[in-house]
Amino acid sequence: MTTFTNIPKQIKEVMEKLNGASSRRDFLKGSGLFVVSFSAVAMTDASLLGAASGAQAGAAAQAAGPYPDPDFRKLDSWIIIHPDSTATFYVGKTDGGQGTGTAFRQMMSDELDIPFDKTDLIMGRTDITVDQGGSGGSTAIERDGKPMRLVAAEARRVLLELAAARFGVPVSQLTVHDGVIMAKTDSSKSITYGELIGGKQFNVTLTGKDINATAGVAKIKAVQDLKVIGQPFQRSDIPPKVNGSVKWAVGATAPGMVHARNVKPPVAGAKLVSIDESSVRGIPGFVKVVSKGNYVAVVCEREEQAIKASQQLKAEWQKPATKPFPSSEDLFKYMREATPTSLTQSRAGIPDVIGDPDGALAKAAKVVEAEYEVPFQGHTAIGPAHAMADPSNGQLTIWSNDMKAYGLRTGVAAFLNMPRDQVRVMWQDGPQLYGRTAADDAGFEAAFLAKDLGRPVRVQWMRHEETAWDAKGPAFTFKLRGGLDAQGNLVALDYRARTVDYNHIGYNEPDTVLIAQLMGRRPSTPASGGSTPPDEMYSIPHRRQVTEVVGLPLVYETPLRVGNLRDPNGPQTTFAGESFIDELAAAAKIDPVEFRLRLLGASNDDDSGFRRARSIAVVKAAASAYGWDNRPSPKRSGAGNIVTGRGISYAYRGLTVIANIAEVEVNRETGHVQVKRVVCAHDCGLVVNPLNLQRTIECNLLYGMSRALHEEVQFDTEKVTSVDWISHPTLRHADAPEKIDVVLVNGDPNPNRPDLPSYGAGEASCRPMIAAVANAIYDATGVRIRRVPFRDERVLAALKGAHA
Amino acid sequence: MSKIILKVNGRTHSLDIDPSTPLLYILRNDIGLEGPRFGCGLGQCGACTVIIKGNAVRSCITPTATIQGAEITTLEGISAGGKLHPIQQAWIDEQVPQCGYCQIGQIMTTKALLDKKPNPTDAEITQGMNATLCRCMTYYRIHAAIKRAVKLVAAGRAASGKEVVA
Repeated sequence: MTTFTNIPKQIKEVMEKLNGASSRRDFLKGSGLFVVSFSAVAMTDASLLGAASGAQAGAAAQAAGPYPDPDFRKLDSWIIIHPDSTATFYVGKTDGGQGTGTAFRQMMSDELDIPFDKTDLIMGRTDITVDQGGSGGSTAIERDGKPMRLVAAEARRVLLELAAARFGVPVSQLTVHDGVIMAKTDSSKSITYGELIGGKQFNVTLTGKDINATAGVAKIKAVQDLKVIGQPFQRSDIPPKVNGSVKWAVGATAPGMVHARNVKPPVAGAKLVSIDESSVRGIPGFVKVVSKGNYVAVVCEREEQAIKASQQLKAEWQKPATKPFPSSEDLFKYMREATPTSLTQSRAGIPDVIGDPDGALAKAAKVVEAEYEVPFQGHTAIGPAHAMADPSNGQLTIWSNDMKAYGLRTGVAAFLNMPRDQVRVMWQDGPQLYGRTAADDAGFEAAFLAKDLGRPVRVQWMRHEETAWDAKGPAFTFKLRGGLDAQGNLVALDYRARTVDYNHIGYNEPDTVLIAQLMGRRPSTPASGGSTPPDEMYSIPHRRQVTEVVGLPLVYETPLRVGNLRDPNGPQTTFAGESFIDELAAAAKIDPVEFRLRLLGASNDDDSGFRRARSIAVVKAAASAYGWDNRPSPKRSGAGNIVTGRGISYAYRGLTVIANIAEVEVNRETGHVQVKRVVCAHDCGLVVNPLNLQRTIECNLLYGMSRALHEEVQFDTEKVTSVDWISHPTLRHADAPEKIDVVLVNGDPNPNRPDLPSYGAGEASCRPMIAAVANAIYDATGVRIRRVPFRDERVLAALKGAHA
Repeated sequence: MSKIILKVNGRTHSLDIDPSTPLLYILRNDIGLEGPRFGCGLGQCGACTVIIKGNAVRSCITPTATIQGAEITTLEGISAGGKLHPIQQAWIDEQVPQCGYCQIGQIMTTKALLDKKPNPTDAEITQGMNATLCRCMTYYRIHAAIKRAVKLVAAGRAASGKEVVA
């Protein structure tokens, strides 16, 4: 219990000075501790609130710099309380439209005990928000939400102690409700947060070896005491996105700004021989052709002029001596025959081989074998990559939608050999942030061009560049063998995967962003790449799980560059793993849900996150919500052209567990697959906002469907040939199912425990989706599609092959 | 360069531009309207959609010279007096957007659809929206929001009808 006598010395001194001060001015003068509203932080805050309210501070309000890192060990870096008892939270995150910004406000409001609607949130501005890395890995709530809750709880604690000192009563005798502190026994003793500290700084130091461990003295609330967390607040970013008032990175402008477009090599790996600048010099508004190594850009005063110049520029390129890659038709053959560059380990702590898989397979009553293939799939953002950089004042300010604003800042500083303090990134909303998109590349390009020209430069990729050259999720081949005993139990599983993941590029690396590669920069060694096997909790006595990495002939300056794509590798490996489990269930003539529950229930061992118990809970919840009837696949369909089926697939991602059921209709005459219904049972622990989570899951399920049904990067032996929405199809409105049921499960063995954590939810639900669709197609038709995507012609060919 | 007169959201703009410039760049960079957005430059995705003569038009492939004098409506022109259009309200009620980049195109395509067919069937909604792409895959909620908007528009019409009678 905190009492008056336990007030930290620093606060006690302040309170003494405060009580003795004859006026606010005297207080300000006399206090060495409270740096008040005229301080740099508060000033920045004021300009920011303008930006947040739609006034677009923009370059006009740009502080002169430099821009040192905000100190995460200071409470004032995270929270400012205003005189009107509203609060502004500053977090080192970005929100790609999954509602995390709203969730952060809910978490911090709850711990601070302040009404949600009296709060505001600033994200992703490297000069004024602490570096939590931006977005990625579905870590927003699970990892980065923790310090947010802890610092908000600490602010509440400090405010209570200030009030205790003011009233001369112990903290234990105070209550706090909606930002008002009151003495329990004397309602005349009441004070608002704004009256206590509005416009002033806390001056409280936090602890933590790194930002993820940031904490004060206060603890977070027990789940049972939470009031704002768990509520279905509407997202605060949606009205401005719908009424057009939100300021997007794509619209960033600055006085004197010029427009740039890239000119990419026409053939992967080509070397620039010469540029004929006279081919574009006559274009009105022409400013400059910039080239260094194989990087080429044209700059013009107006956007349409730059586009025209990029199309019109004559340049001579020399093709590489060897073909950069096989064609997409020959890719899987190439991958099977290639010499692996490396072998990747299975999940940490789990050996690659358990028991004696070969011996068990030899003794099995039935052995099933299957091979699966997943092509390269790209981000192909709806808005091609873009950024604007302003080199005013000898500093560099980059307006970007890059989900890792902080990494962009550090990477650009290293790339341009500038001190980090002279670079800042202003994150703003933009098209989908689902991994290592080309937003990284555009940010570096804008920065380079702005420094080169000495004036603000905006760059945007064209559609064909985005679709051909963005970072790709790697292609996979799989070979699986499984052994069943006479009772249909799975006794052995042999999983061998190959992924073309060599030279996997990271985020904002100054030697792997595309402009750096084209300029000839190289990391000392390419990243080895790799992938873990499917994440499931099946108990199988004998198993092997091996993943090999292979490389393509052209390692650098290639459009087939691999990087993280939403739920990196999860949809691919789970497609193979969960399709194969379904094949085994069919071979054993056992219902697919029952087969999985037997495998999950075959052991009593569980991990500290109770993933096995929670897996059983979600599989049962999905089956129950769907109305699953127990029968083996395939369904015995009639003779008509339209047949229906259902398929289940399950996985975990980190500590989040998901089971998806897809119901499909297959047209046997055309091969068209229509998903009619999807059920997702989802256990991500403590849910901060069930409404936003439901929307994110709905969209992520459809995203998985898009990868299942449509998406594939196609290429000949020189270049990517899928370059627009015709040659690179995506899910459309007509593909949307008629019904989606999202079931939020709390399968924790102790569901009411007060410390129930939240687990990541941004990416998990797409993971089992491809397999769920594949399993449903099999159930409907009796034909197994082992190659993604399930486009009409592929399904039709498989159906014809099966009936030939 | 030549002088072009454009009527956008009820205001007349006189511009000195290359008349072959696609309308999108004029709306964004000269008139300062950020509703229409660059998505493909090929007329394939719909992120740049505006309404001209009642039709949803892809401004990224529309030469500005060809629509001189026609009334152009962008997202900024569909809300009146600070009041959201019922379609926008439906989008908020259903919490449609994820990243939101394509949603202006979705809303404008919906408006052109509902202006012509105030009470579309599910199949008509699907057909009308099928060429407007969303890479966050918000289609399921877009469909629900359009059905909600149909009711909101009808309710608004009924309410304004009563006012006239009164």
